[in-house]
Amino acid sequence: MMAFLNFYLIPGVVLGCIYALGAIGISLTFGILRFSNFAHGDTMTLGVYITLSLVQFSGLHPLLVAPLAMVLTTGIVLGLDRTFYKPFRTSPAIMLVIASFGLMLMIRSVIQFFWGVQLQALQTGIQMPLEALLPVRFSENHLLIIGATVLLMMAVHLVLTRTKIGKAMRATSDNPELAALTGIDTEVVIRATWAMGASLAVAAGVFLGLDTHVETMMGFKLLLPMFAAAILGGIGKPYGAVAGGLVIGIAEELSAYPWIGTTPLLSPGYKGGVAFAIMVAMLIWKPQGLFRGRQF
Amino acid sequence: MSAMLELDAISAGYGETEILHGIDLHVERGEIVVIIGPNGAGKTTAMKAIFGLLNITAGAIRLAGEEITNTPPQQVVTRGVAFVPQSANVFVSLTVEENLEMGAYVSRDDPAPRIEEIFELFPPLREKRRQAAGLLSGGQRQMVAMGKALMLHPKILLLDEPTAGLSPKYRSEIFRIVQDINAAGATILMVEQNAKQALMVAHRGYVLVDGENRHSGTGRALLDDDEVARMFLGASGGASGKNDGNGGRPA
Repeated sequence: MMAFLNFYLIPGVVLGCIYALGAIGISLTFGILRFSNFAHGDTMTLGVYITLSLVQFSGLHPLLVAPLAMVLTTGIVLGLDRTFYKPFRTSPAIMLVIASFGLMLMIRSVIQFFWGVQLQALQTGIQMPLEALLPVRFSENHLLIIGATVLLMMAVHLVLTRTKIGKAMRATSDNPELAALTGIDTEVVIRATWAMGASLAVAAGVFLGLDTHVETMMGFKLLLPMFAAAILGGIGKPYGAVAGGLVIGIAEELSAYPWIGTTPLLSPGYKGGVAFAIMVAMLIWKPQGLFRGRQF
Repeated sequence: MSAMLELDAISAGYGETEILHGIDLHVERGEIVVIIGPNGAGKTTAMKAIFGLLNITAGAIRLAGEEITNTPPQQVVTRGVAFVPQSANVFVSLTVEENLEMGAYVSRDDPAPRIEEIFELFPPLREKRRQAAGLLSGGQRQMVAMGKALMLHPKILLLDEPTAGLSPKYRSEIFRIVQDINAAGATILMVEQNAKQALMVAHRGYVLVDGENRHSGTGRALLDDDEVARMFLGASGGASGKNDGNGGRPA
């Protein structure tokens, strides 16, 4: 039982938090800008490398410099939006998808050019489980990741339900034509969407970097589970993305638990396939997702 | 004094297809003006043209004397025109209250006092204020849509078939509300399929056919006009007949 909790459920929740934060951006971008943003994963990687440089420069804890990395990444993303996406605002969605695909490759190449391709770490030293909580094995980082995710999600909730721009974002995601007729400034909403999506992606990336390591493919590898989470939750529904992220993260980890007999149900090497299987199943049988999002 | 809204020989359409061929129309301050006509006559197109949603190829639109031809929707809203589309006219996942707040998006003032006033106008909405608009009945949604449009005291309110798809009870309710908000000072231009009921509440009406003006006159005169009666009001004709509540609209 302890093994289940310590080696499957807790890592699953941590992974789920990371997916959830990343999936919010995917879902919001789809809801408001109406395209699947393939560059989202590499935006995340960029934020992590900016954090890495800030950590090396300042010597502070990654979580302390992450907010600055979020701001810097948001600035870069807004510049990219103006250059690469804005000219296509009224074009068919496929053009934006292809533009994001190109941007994904460009961002990654720039990262590899400036920071190199070798593995790096945000923190050195070994993370030990906290003594006070034994036999439940919670490392300090796991607690920090879960706690910070909860705080970020509360912040997202407050922005979306309590601020004028947040309500305008939900309104635009609901019905962009009506939003324009109502006088909502779509460009302001779009900028807010990029800012929220990029900031959460950077947070997710930094958490992943703390949990594992930093490498130039880390964001790209998260793209599939993040899309799966967004689809599972209903695309365009930020709360659905959170639920979807947690479900996919936990499902991936639990798929390797020895449910039958003593060998893992699924070899851990196939974990990534779980997200893919859930995504395909949802698209076939329930394309609107669990929270009635938009259909593809 | 210039008309609140004036369409002067407007031609407009989608892409290459011209739908309006030189429409003339004016709405005076404080009037209810109704546009009726068969399907495809360009009624909704005329509304969209006013709101800058499609390309106007000839003619001019003036709001209180100022030209607003081909002005983008956001600026049309800021200048005091509110538009309630026929369908998908509320934000379904936002609460009633949030929908009303969005109606005041272009203003920096606190919307709360005006929201209370809107609840006075549409009492059923008050108890549903925290409910998602998508969960409301058709009639109540229409109230949210109209309330949202009224948030900023628009100079003129454009209603595109506000009673489409509603039960007879709500239909009469909506027409009563239209008269109420008009009595409170709002100028209204509406497109309606329930021609008879609409002409009864309207000061004046226009009949569009194939993107051109066919008839115009006071609501009364149009109701009494034999040709209009034959075309849109059912064979019985005239306003003297009982209101069949359907106004010739196919079910």
